[in-house]
Amino acid sequence: MSKLVYNEMLKIVRKKRLWVIAAIIAVLVALFTYAQYRETEELRKRLGTTDWRTQLQQQIVDLQNRLQSPSMSEEWRKYLQIRLKQQQYYLEHNINPSAPGAPTFMRTFIENAIDLFLPLLVMVVAADLVSSEASAGTIKLLLVRPVKRWKILLSKYIALLLSVSLIMLMAAVLSYAISGVVFGYGGFRLPLLTGFVPQGEELNTENVHIIPQWKYILIELGLAAFVSVVVGTLTFMLSVLLRSTAAVMGIMLAALISGAILSNMVSSWHSAKYLFMVNLRLTDYMRGTAPPIEGMTLGFSMSVLAVWGLVGLFVAFLVFTRRDIY
Amino acid sequence: MTKQVMLAVKELRKTIRGKEIIKGISFELHEGEVFGFLGPNGAGKTTTIRMLVGLIRPTSGTVAICGYDLHRQFTDAIRQIGCIVENPEMYPYLTGWENLEHFARMMPGIGADRIMEVAKLVGLEQRIHDRVSTYSLGMRQRLGIAQALLGKPKVLILDEPTNGLDPAGIREMRAFIRFLAETEGLSVLVSSHLLSEIQLMCDRVAIMAKGRLLTVDTVERLLKKQARVDWKAAPIDKARALLAEETEVLRTDEETVVTPYEPDKLAGWNAKLVQAGVLVSKIESRLPTLEDLFIELTGGETIE
Repeated sequence: MSKLVYNEMLKIVRKKRLWVIAAIIAVLVALFTYAQYRETEELRKRLGTTDWRTQLQQQIVDLQNRLQSPSMSEEWRKYLQIRLKQQQYYLEHNINPSAPGAPTFMRTFIENAIDLFLPLLVMVVAADLVSSEASAGTIKLLLVRPVKRWKILLSKYIALLLSVSLIMLMAAVLSYAISGVVFGYGGFRLPLLTGFVPQGEELNTENVHIIPQWKYILIELGLAAFVSVVVGTLTFMLSVLLRSTAAVMGIMLAALISGAILSNMVSSWHSAKYLFMVNLRLTDYMRGTAPPIEGMTLGFSMSVLAVWGLVGLFVAFLVFTRRDIY
Repeated sequence: MTKQVMLAVKELRKTIRGKEIIKGISFELHEGEVFGFLGPNGAGKTTTIRMLVGLIRPTSGTVAICGYDLHRQFTDAIRQIGCIVENPEMYPYLTGWENLEHFARMMPGIGADRIMEVAKLVGLEQRIHDRVSTYSLGMRQRLGIAQALLGKPKVLILDEPTNGLDPAGIREMRAFIRFLAETEGLSVLVSSHLLSEIQLMCDRVAIMAKGRLLTVDTVERLLKKQARVDWKAAPIDKARALLAEETEVLRTDEETVVTPYEPDKLAGWNAKLVQAGVLVSKIESRLPTLEDLFIELTGGETIE
């Protein structure tokens, strides 16, 4: 089995996929770092001070002003009220929620990348894992070996899991290393609040507690890895079902983007919470932002994702081991 | 003399979406022979070959390779086979060596020495460490043969092995296949839609059309059984009418009539034609080409 996995990793590496992904991450992180830098500068200029308390107070005033606007949808108002309460909590307890530093950048990067960017990178590897062999015809030479078909597919899936781990590692290391040049490398022990539970309009602060940033980042990385594995598995399934890598990419991209759009408009369509793509923002539960549909929790979202992933894996194996190769 | 059966196919059938594509095929491949699989495009050759190597699951029927059932003992059965199905697609971004190494990792007990051995056997040792994307079609074909031979198979299955090769390449491939059968003792199954090819390199041939085997026999016997005579004569219509009174007219075109070869009656038929004022410019007895056989067996269907 290890030889088969070696074969699959060799093919992924030789196709230079992982290098492309590393390059994409590096370029985007540099871009985001610069944008973040400009934003802090702008804020500093506007407030005339770098004191985060003044910044936070300013943000709270901003939020309160926006809340007074009458032409605001009920949903948006609800969301802003929750944010407001959360920020007031930070202020009262003297905690800087966005202390600059590479770890903080890394954390926001993961939070923003979890539903679209990281899954996209995983798709780059997963989309052509099987479909490229089918469209190039190499699948024929692969399947006439004295190895059962399920073993061949399993070796490909293990190679995918290894690639996902590598991508997560690259995202973490590169975002830390590159942003640290500008923001400095300290800040792993920064205390952060978590455990906010949005309940209707209220933000339940009963379970709020402090954890160090490094722990927070590890948890978020774990959640991001979980999301990436599920998206990778679904892409893998499509890669088995379809011969065209472009079609696999197209369908998965459409699903991910529709998830991002749906999240903003499905609050009254309750059964939409069983779609995998509205459950991708797992890190939001850590920060206590309101979920797209009321009643969604971290456990719920992870279960939905797990079920989608398992069904995808089952379909992939079922089809691959039975299919006629023309 | 009875030779060992290397590949036994019994009543193989395949139905795709309610349509029967392969309608009960049975044949045997003996030790050390080159067996030709001849038929027009769309006859079901490739589908049959894919069932022989486990890429397509037959609807019914069995395939046994060296006594192992392909479906119940897949790994044992497939280990005896080396094959190229249609084009030998390799990974273009790997070198020839890496491609062979890749497949060697999927088979037990195949090491670097065996890889070098097959590379030498197909005459690719000079370029084996170059990327496959830089190979010519002929070299890819050879690399395809190399990967098929890698696992020391007893049966070699080649689907249209000379497809896309130039005449020199075709001749070389033919010689190589004969060499494998005669010197290495492999049993080779070769499919082709080209008659000349099968005729030149096969011991036995199966003729396939529309999902059925029309006949299985040695090439020699098939050809001998049906020796024939070409009559070149004018006016052709009159010649055909007169000959039809005496014997069976197998075929006619604008200037030739084809009849069976019956040496003792030939002179009599000729005299009759001459007396009737038909100008006979050529009487030629010859062995039939497979094309003749094919047309006769399928009732007038042409190849391609």
